[in-house]
Parts: sequence; structure tokens; C-alpha cells
Amino acid sequence: MIKRSLGLAAFTALLLAGTAHAADKIKVGLFATLEGTYTVLGEDGVRGFQTAMKKYGNKFGGKEIEIIMGSSDATPDSAVRAARKLVEQDKVDIIVGPLSGDEGIAVKDYAKTHPEVTFINGGSGAQETTYVDPAPNFFRFNMDGAQWQAGLGTYIYKDKGYRKIATVGEDYSFIYTQVFGLALEFCGAGGQITNRQWVPLGTKDFGSVIAALPDDVDAIYLGLGGGDAVNFLNQYQQAGGKAKLIGGSIMVDQTILSAKGNAKNALLGTVAASGQGDTWEAPSWQAFVKAYQDAFPPEKRFPSPSLLATNYYGAAMGLFEGLAKVNGDLSDGHKKFRAALASLVLDAPNGQIKLDSNRQAIGTNFVTEVIDDGKGTLYSKVVKVIPNVSQTLGYDPAAFAKIGIPSRTVPECKKY
Amino acid sequence: MRRFIERHPLWSLFIIVVIFVFLWLVFATWPPGFEAIFGKKKVFLNAVLNGITLGGLYFLVASGFTLIFGLMRNVNLAHGSLYLFGGYMGFKTVAWTGSWLFSFVVAFVAAALLGIILQYLVFRRMEGQDLRQTLVTIGISIVLADLMLWIFGGDFYQIQTPDWLVGPAQMPFVTAIKSSGEAVYMTYPIVRLAIFAASVVIGLAMWLVLNRSKIGMIIRAGVDDKDMLSSMGVPIQLVFLLVFAFGAGLAGMAGVVGGTFQSISPGEDTRFLLASLVVVIVGGMGSIPGAALGALLIGLAEQLGSVYAPTYAVVLTFLIMVVVLAIRPQGLLAR
Repeated sequence: MIKRSLGLAAFTALLLAGTAHAADKIKVGLFATLEGTYTVLGEDGVRGFQTAMKKYGNKFGGKEIEIIMGSSDATPDSAVRAARKLVEQDKVDIIVGPLSGDEGIAVKDYAKTHPEVTFINGGSGAQETTYVDPAPNFFRFNMDGAQWQAGLGTYIYKDKGYRKIATVGEDYSFIYTQVFGLALEFCGAGGQITNRQWVPLGTKDFGSVIAALPDDVDAIYLGLGGGDAVNFLNQYQQAGGKAKLIGGSIMVDQTILSAKGNAKNALLGTVAASGQGDTWEAPSWQAFVKAYQDAFPPEKRFPSPSLLATNYYGAAMGLFEGLAKVNGDLSDGHKKFRAALASLVLDAPNGQIKLDSNRQAIGTNFVTEVIDDGKGTLYSKVVKVIPNVSQTLGYDPAAFAKIGIPSRTVPECKKY
Repeated sequence: MRRFIERHPLWSLFIIVVIFVFLWLVFATWPPGFEAIFGKKKVFLNAVLNGITLGGLYFLVASGFTLIFGLMRNVNLAHGSLYLFGGYMGFKTVAWTGSWLFSFVVAFVAAALLGIILQYLVFRRMEGQDLRQTLVTIGISIVLADLMLWIFGGDFYQIQTPDWLVGPAQMPFVTAIKSSGEAVYMTYPIVRLAIFAASVVIGLAMWLVLNRSKIGMIIRAGVDDKDMLSSMGVPIQLVFLLVFAFGAGLAGMAGVVGGTFQSISPGEDTRFLLASLVVVIVGGMGSIPGAALGALLIGLAEQLGSVYAPTYAVVLTFLIMVVVLAIRPQGLLAR
């Protein structure tokens, strides 16, 4: 519905564009995964962006913001297709997107071929996007998957007493990055990861994967998202699974915690880490939750914003505050605008965000546990807040570079 | 059977060896050295059973597809949409009435009605025009997908499993022997067993109706020569309509099954359309036993692949399709 009304709005705007003078407008291409396994995540991402639009308005220095929507399905080629359509056909000035890990890497490479367009990452969290050969016109106001696991390894080792764990994750860059962050901390503390299972993105039948889970471990880490996560939990309950669970950032998230049916109840008590915690008391977070809830009727949103809504909101904050600083002036080939973006210090809902020299966010991370609010709604309760998490996770940059790029087998489970 | 052995001695030997090895893998206690190379027996058995039960679901969807194709030569590319539609109807019924079994009835009837509308308004107008039917049904499937996205949103719907189907059951297979000499039996989700049993019952019933009843006789005659059949006074259009409704209803019921042990969401329609296409291509267009064999092969390939070669699991099903197309293009059990 929202997608539709937004599409309609964009369409009307397009018709109006013919009459208005082109220089009076700033065209922004917004895209997210509105198809495939991550549809729900994409929809909430768009809601996050719209929440920010309500707050900031759509006029900067007398120039109106015109939003043009795009859609992808979490595959890199679909993301590049969406970006290309927005850049080459709709002639946008700025792109906000993409949402998913592999998409981010592909769009970063595409960004290099269009230096005249500024790219602001929507929600994607693969490390490689901003760490390896970053594009000078690509800005990321959210942390990467490894940063989102900061604090988790130490917490499960020290507070929960887990010594041996196994991981199950979707086979792509974002989950590699998540396991990377978990493994560095957990193995560094002395823990052991005995087995890493990778399943294709979009897997629906997890029966055999569940059977292959080792039973001699203290807990199982789940790096799944969207439809895959719901299917896993459903079949895990049907198989009578009893192991303790640890969740990745899109596993323990409102996109899963408010799925229809009771599969999600398998997550009660699960420890996770993410760039947000649903119950955080900070006024900026509470204000954001309220703005999100006020912006949409209850049946058209989650009880509380998901990580993707928060990410797209953060991206929109970066975009709008950057535009406000230069008064909507992009006439110098975005020079002033990009300088403004790079120097922004955002008071984002999920803590302060600033960018490093690769235009990658340094922000706050949250270790959480899943609770029931008593009315059947699940939330992630904050148990630990870790401020100032940088992309190198506190390692010396040279030592960090030696660990390698996250992959199925990197990092090894040892102290670096 | 004997003729087959006489005609293909090498193939028969190969098939017998495969069956023997398979039985040994299932029933014997694996020696430790073997487990070290091949992984745990529990994992293997689970993958096999999962493959068979997943095959059961694929069969439910694909049998309707193949039945419609066999009789009417209609390639109905909106079949996946009927699956998704049935799933949503099932979810709504369970949410309103709380009865899981009743939701099958509703899903069947709803999808069958949609099927009747499709047959009456679309296929009847373009009988025998394959390309037009294909293009029009692709268009319809896109429209239906968008309508359902509009009504139900992009959320994941998981149909509540009734209490008596939740949890695992003990299977009569020994997966390991404890050091105390006690045998460890395998446990397996009841719901998947129920789904498999249901698809076997439906498959058998379909086979019986097709081969032993008068209606079946008419349908089979229609498959062979529908002009001759209609000239004998059989209301062929009515038969078409009923078969189409039945095939569509099966897809709707499969939607409830799929929503119960997986989940339903936008995109599932094309996934199951693709699955049924692969299944009927492997098994043979228009053949019910072919659909059963194809569904079994694809289900097993997906599940064994997801355990033993996770990176290539996605490719495996298409590999099977390519091999079948290369050596027996009409499908394994096609006439």
C-alpha cells in the first residue's frame, strides 16, 4: 500500500516535473528490496525514510525534493539494475540504497562509474563495501555487519558462559561480515566455533540443515533474515529443537519478531547484537519510535521500527542534514554537499554517528535479549551498550587488514 | 518387470545395487570409519526423509499442473499464483475458525473457483494456441501476484500447525548405538510425516480415479483424442472445466501445506511454478506417476544437496533437468 501510494506520489511528481523548472528540484532515487526474501525488510526501510521525510520536510534552500522509487531483490545484479535505471533514465542527483550486503558491494562499484551522482547507502552492511577500494561518492551512515556484532562475543562468553558454538548463516557477504565480527570477539575471548554452515539465500526448507546441527555445542548462532529466518524457526520448532540460540542483527529484529504465526516464539530469551535495541531509553530513540508509530497506522507497520527502518532513517538524516548545510546547492558537482556529508555528526536515534575516512559510519552498538511484553509482542531488550564502534573494531588498522576479508572461512577461530 | 530385466540387464543390475545400498544406508548401523567420511547417519536419514516429504509437497502442486497439461495441452503459468492464493485463504480460515483441516476445504474450493474462472474466461477462448495461452497466463500471474501483495502485504504468513502435529515423533530407524548398548532412535517432525501421508493418499486416489473409474476413462480418452470423445456425445467442455478446477484446487491445498511447514509470502508463487515446471519436465508432461517420480527426485536432490554440497544445492535441481532433457527429452515416465 505504502509502496503504491508512494509510487503514485512519485508518478504525480514526475508529471509535474515537466512544468516546473528542473533546477528547482533535487531528484532523489530511493530503492530497497521490495521483492524476494527480504521484501518485509525493504518495506520497513522505506517506512524509515518516510518517517524522516515527515520530520525534515521536502524543501531545502527553495528546492523541492522529488523521490523516485526503485526496487531490487537482494541480488547484486538487481540492485545495479535499479540504480542504473534511477541514474540513467530518471537522472537522479542522489541515490539512497541499497539494503542488502551483496547489493552494497555491487552498487559501490557502479557508483565509481557515475562520479556526478552521490550515493548514500540504505542499509547494506557488508564490510567490503566501504573497506576495500571504497568509492569517493559512496557514503554509509550505518555500521557494517561486524560492527553490529560488537560486544556479542564477549557477552556470550563471559555472562552466558558459552564455550562452544556452531553457526548457521545465509551464504553471502553480510552474514560473512556478521560471523566475522562474532568470531573475532568470541574466539579472541577463548571460545570455539566448531562448525559453520552456509545455506543459500532464499532457502525455504531447512529440515536437513536442522538435522545437521551439532548437538555437542552450548548454543547455535543464527545468521538468517526475512523469510528464511521465519522458515527456519518454524521448522526448528516442529523438529523439537531445544538448543540455546544466538541471533544475528536481522535475525532478532522486528521483521522476524512480528511475523505472523508462532514460529518467532522460539526466539524468546535469545541473545543478539545489532545497531539498535528496541527498549533503549535514550530520548532520541524513544522519539524516533514515536515518530515511526505516529507516521503509520498499526496494521501498516511493526510495533517498533526494525533495524532497516532505523538504517534508512539514518541515511535520510545524513541526506537531509547535508542538504540543509549547503542550502540545497549541488551546483558545484556536489563538492560542498559531499564535504558536508563527510563532516556530519548525526544525533541519530541509535546513538551518535560520524564517518571515518572511508565514509563509513562509526556508531553505537547494542547487545540485546528477546523478551515478551506480556501481550504477545516480542521486543529486543537492551543489556549492553557499546559506544564508538569503528569499522576496524578497535584493532590497529594494519593488524586488522591482515585478518582478511570476511568469507565462509575467514576469520579463523583464534585470537588475532 | 521380467521383460525390463531381459531388455536392460545392465540397467537392472545398477538399479538393484542402488536399492540395496540405499536399504543398507537406512537400516544398518553405520561403522565409525564410514561415519567419519560420510558424516552422521542422523543427518543422512533426515535429509532423505526431508527430501521425500518435500517431494510430497512438490507432487501436490505439480500433479494438478501436469493433469491440466495432459488433458488440455494448457500450459498454465498462473499455477503458482493458485498455490499462493490457496495459502492465503488457508491462513485466513485458520485465523477465523481455528480449524486447520477446514482450511484445506476452503483453500481447495477457493482455488478451484479461481481456476474455473480462468478456464472459462481465458483458456476456452484460446484453445490450441500455446503461445497466446503462455503469454496471457504469465500476465495473469503478474496481476494476481500484485493484487495479493496489495491485499496481504509483503509479510510472511505461517499457518498455525495444530497442536497434535507439533513436535517430533520417534522413527523405527537406529541412528547410533550408545556406549551402554542402548539404541538411539531417530526423531522426526510429525507434521512432515502427515504431509507426506496426505500426498501419498491423494496421489493414489488420483491414480485410482484415473485408471479405475468412468470419469477417469473419459479423461484418459480425452487425453488421447478429444475430438473423437466429443463426437461420442461426452460434454468435453464440462470435463475440461472440472479437471481444471480440480488441478487448481490441488494447488490451493498445497498452499496450505506449504504455509504450514514453510511459510507463504510474495515470490512463493514463482518459486512453486518453477518447481512444478522442473518436476513435470523431469517426470514427463502429462503423466501423474511421472510427476510423483520427478517430485521425489527434485525433493531429494534439494535436501541431500543442502547437506552435502550446500554451495551447489541450487544448481543441482537444474542439473537433473538438463540431464533428463539431454538423454530423455520427453521426460522419464512420458509415454
